[in-house]
Amino acid sequence: MATAPAESQKTARIKITLNGEETDVSFAPYKTLLEVLREDLGHTGTKHGCELGECGACAVLLDGKPVLSCLLLAWECDGCSITTIEGLGSNGRLHPLQSAFANLGAAQCGYCTPGILLTAKALLDENPHPSRDQIREALSGNLCRCTGYLQIFEAVEAAMVQIAEWKKPGA
Amino acid sequence: MPNPTESPAVEVVELQLETDRLRVIGVPRRRVDARAKVTGQTRYADDIFLPRMAYCKLLRSPHPHARIQKIDSSRALAHPGVYLVLTGKDLPIEYGIIPVSQDEQALCLDHVRHVGDPVAAVVAREELTALEALDLIDVEYEILTTVSDPEEALATPEPRIHDYGEEGNIHKRVNLEFGNVDEGFAEADEIFEDFFFYQGNTHLPIEQHASVAIKDPEGKLTIWSSTQTPHYLHRALAKVLEMSPAHIRVIATPNGGGFGGKSDPFNHEIVVAKAALMLDRPVKIGLTREEVFYCHRGRHPVLMRFKTGVKKDGTITGMHLQTLIDGGAYGSYGVASTFYTGALQTTSYHVPRYHFQACRAFTNKPPCGPKRGHGTVQPRFGQEIQLDKIAEKLKLDPAELRLRIAEAPNAVTANFLELGTVGLRECIRRVVKISSWNEKFRKLPEGRGVGLACSAYLTGAGLPIYWNAMPHSGVQLKLDRGGGITIFCGATEIGQGSDDVLAAIVAEVLGVTTFDIRIYTGDTDLGPVDLGSYSSRVTLMAGNAAMQAAERAKAMLTEAVGARLDVPKERLRFADQRVFDSAAPEKGVTFHEAVCLAEARFGTVGTVGSYTPPRSPAQFKGGGVGPSPTYSYSAAVVEVTVNPVTGWINVPKIWIAHDIGRALNPALARGQVEGSVYMGLGEALMEEQEFRRLPKRLSHALVHKFPSILEYKSPTSLDMPEIVVELVEEPDPHGPFGAKEVGQGPLLPIMPAVANAVYDAVGVRVDEVPITPEKIVKALAEKKAGRAPRFGPTYFPDVDWPEPLRVPPPWEGGDGRAVNEVRRSSSQRKEKVLRT
Repeated sequence: MATAPAESQKTARIKITLNGEETDVSFAPYKTLLEVLREDLGHTGTKHGCELGECGACAVLLDGKPVLSCLLLAWECDGCSITTIEGLGSNGRLHPLQSAFANLGAAQCGYCTPGILLTAKALLDENPHPSRDQIREALSGNLCRCTGYLQIFEAVEAAMVQIAEWKKPGA
Repeated sequence: MPNPTESPAVEVVELQLETDRLRVIGVPRRRVDARAKVTGQTRYADDIFLPRMAYCKLLRSPHPHARIQKIDSSRALAHPGVYLVLTGKDLPIEYGIIPVSQDEQALCLDHVRHVGDPVAAVVAREELTALEALDLIDVEYEILTTVSDPEEALATPEPRIHDYGEEGNIHKRVNLEFGNVDEGFAEADEIFEDFFFYQGNTHLPIEQHASVAIKDPEGKLTIWSSTQTPHYLHRALAKVLEMSPAHIRVIATPNGGGFGGKSDPFNHEIVVAKAALMLDRPVKIGLTREEVFYCHRGRHPVLMRFKTGVKKDGTITGMHLQTLIDGGAYGSYGVASTFYTGALQTTSYHVPRYHFQACRAFTNKPPCGPKRGHGTVQPRFGQEIQLDKIAEKLKLDPAELRLRIAEAPNAVTANFLELGTVGLRECIRRVVKISSWNEKFRKLPEGRGVGLACSAYLTGAGLPIYWNAMPHSGVQLKLDRGGGITIFCGATEIGQGSDDVLAAIVAEVLGVTTFDIRIYTGDTDLGPVDLGSYSSRVTLMAGNAAMQAAERAKAMLTEAVGARLDVPKERLRFADQRVFDSAAPEKGVTFHEAVCLAEARFGTVGTVGSYTPPRSPAQFKGGGVGPSPTYSYSAAVVEVTVNPVTGWINVPKIWIAHDIGRALNPALARGQVEGSVYMGLGEALMEEQEFRRLPKRLSHALVHKFPSILEYKSPTSLDMPEIVVELVEEPDPHGPFGAKEVGQGPLLPIMPAVANAVYDAVGVRVDEVPITPEKIVKALAEKKAGRAPRFGPTYFPDVDWPEPLRVPPPWEGGDGRAVNEVRRSSSQRKEKVLRT
């Protein structure tokens, strides 16, 4: 049996801020951000459904903007800040989007859920009071085969209300 | 015999329930696995990474039909990083989901039957290395004539795609006669003959299939896989690997969507199992999206002819249905699918005489199989459109027609299906009301329309896939002295919420919350068998098993607590994590204390429950497909706008009522209805699994027209209409707390309702799916030219049908057996089972 490359292939190296944590990672240079997150950093919460930028399952936030991690080479992300589903909650608490999705049936099989949650977070960060049509538009690149989307829209709207409550002075 | 001209009020079945004390059932709740899903902690098969894990890739046939002359894998094996190359001779034993269709090999030995059929597997240290090595395998093929559709299959008996089946390239023919339909047509005032075509489409789960296998430390096999049917995979692995099932552990990881597409045992699962055993290291495979399209097992394309006789008042006097089914290259569930194309026509409207003929052909395309609604979706499309045509001709409102002919509760149908509760009339009434149907139908301006359609679906297949006398579902319950409850069950979580169903039932019976319960499902080592997540069977079957186990545990706790508190057993109640005297609620113990008392009295507290469906009266050959403990019903109204120039269709709103018996968790039930409507809308308007031939100079292969998510159009968030859901709750005595299915039935009425709405909007019939703008424009052109204003098939080809099995319906004195059937003895049947 011939010997294999593996570790010796890890010739690329980047420094990123992953969910708020300084992270230094080495990897084979052909790998996408999706692959490095899942395979080299053990962050398997980010999913994949096509590896071609078609389904939206692999969406993460790159410097706060939603990107498809299957379409980015990891080395393009050097110095960037990346948020994945593992970093959405804080201090042991779910993000309002996560609570709303859990409570309102917005996650069925759950496979598209991480990508949709991050896309929705980017939307609410930019526009704290989106209309139903703006929510539809923002999520139109994330496919869900289970829910028919309606409970997802409702969950985003419920989270929107929750976040607004938190932001009220004195809350 | 029920009289279909009457409209008796829906019978309300009284269930012995103290509804006032339900604290979990019927309350919209966060599902038990929701936290894992919203935090990304659910571990799907591809999320498993193990030390020393190797990666597998499959070499797939580029030809739709060929003999393998020679495979040389020496160059691949010499490629650095390659551990193993497997070919057909390493896994020669045939398998398949249905005992009579054991026609697949994990790697084709000498015959490939569709583009994508696997011929070799490479296992390497890196996935990329395995991919590189695929190019180094040299395969010589002898190209064979291909068959692209069922009509071609009928005309092309040679070369045969399989050397079994009826004859030539016909896999299965069915001819069943329940009463004399000609007499029915003679009694009819009007006879309708219509042709329909239902294009195939695929499940498109967002999770691509993945599996990881290991030789465990004891030397046995463990496989984690995205499968809906761990028990059937378990059986297939034991057969092909020639191992004792006792030495194989199958763990169905939560599926990232199934919809029927992960219900067959798959070649890639068997290959990684074999490789892990040979290499003694973990082996993983993850399919690409293109491979998932070629795995398929999705909706069969079906051509249909419906001939139906009716009286002036709408009463059906007889129905003759013929279906021609494109099976693709393998049997898969096809025998069952074939029967399903005619099984449920009698379950929603009273059909006194019914003749059903079906023919499934092999073609050189990826195998079709079960997709949500399995085989019943296509004929439902035809039946509900034909009813719309009948209503128009008889000058009846389509809703009124259906109310008149709806089947009665607890009826036995012409084909010996025993119905349970039938909420169909209530569904129709509700959907008519909430959609303002009476103000809209035939009253909206040109270009806008509404359509109505109904459906029925199984709540679990009444018979197992392989003949056996054992339960369909088992549950074990463990209560520990910490007050903890653990459920062990083979049921598989595919997103539908089966774990939540089990937890809710046990929590309700034992008076705790679902958060107090741990659940281990989908693991053949840990839990008793559940046949799998298919045929909408889990809520009723695993649910009843859970109910029985919980009631047995409750009985033990009741006895122990009753003795301690000196309270008669019948006065004890379980609620709010306490066991207490209903006459003096402050007198009681905590649930935790109750378990300790029971353990002190009886020893370790564990119970089991199991469920076996009632025996069906359908005892004729083929009568095993269709029976179910009870059936769900749905009625939907779809509103459309159609641009009369471009044919562009928009669906602004859908109203649907679903007879669910009882919603165990209304939040999830609504999600199942909306998800079904969504998937049905995709099938109605855009989804199609279509194939094309490459040019002759490029091998002339039959390839998938669009094996990518971008090109295989499915509805996005922008395409979804508003949906108004009504749950009709009329508890059915067969279901746990009265529950019936909800995961599949609500899909069925959507496609015909869209078609009927298009007709209401612009006056043309599109008698096939998907209903595209192009087809509407063509139908409008026909209308303008003064020809029949429709788009769709115009004939049904000649099929050499076998002699029909004659089964007199119940009202003609039939006993569920065919009068002309030569029956196998039970010893012959057992022998057959042992052989498969």
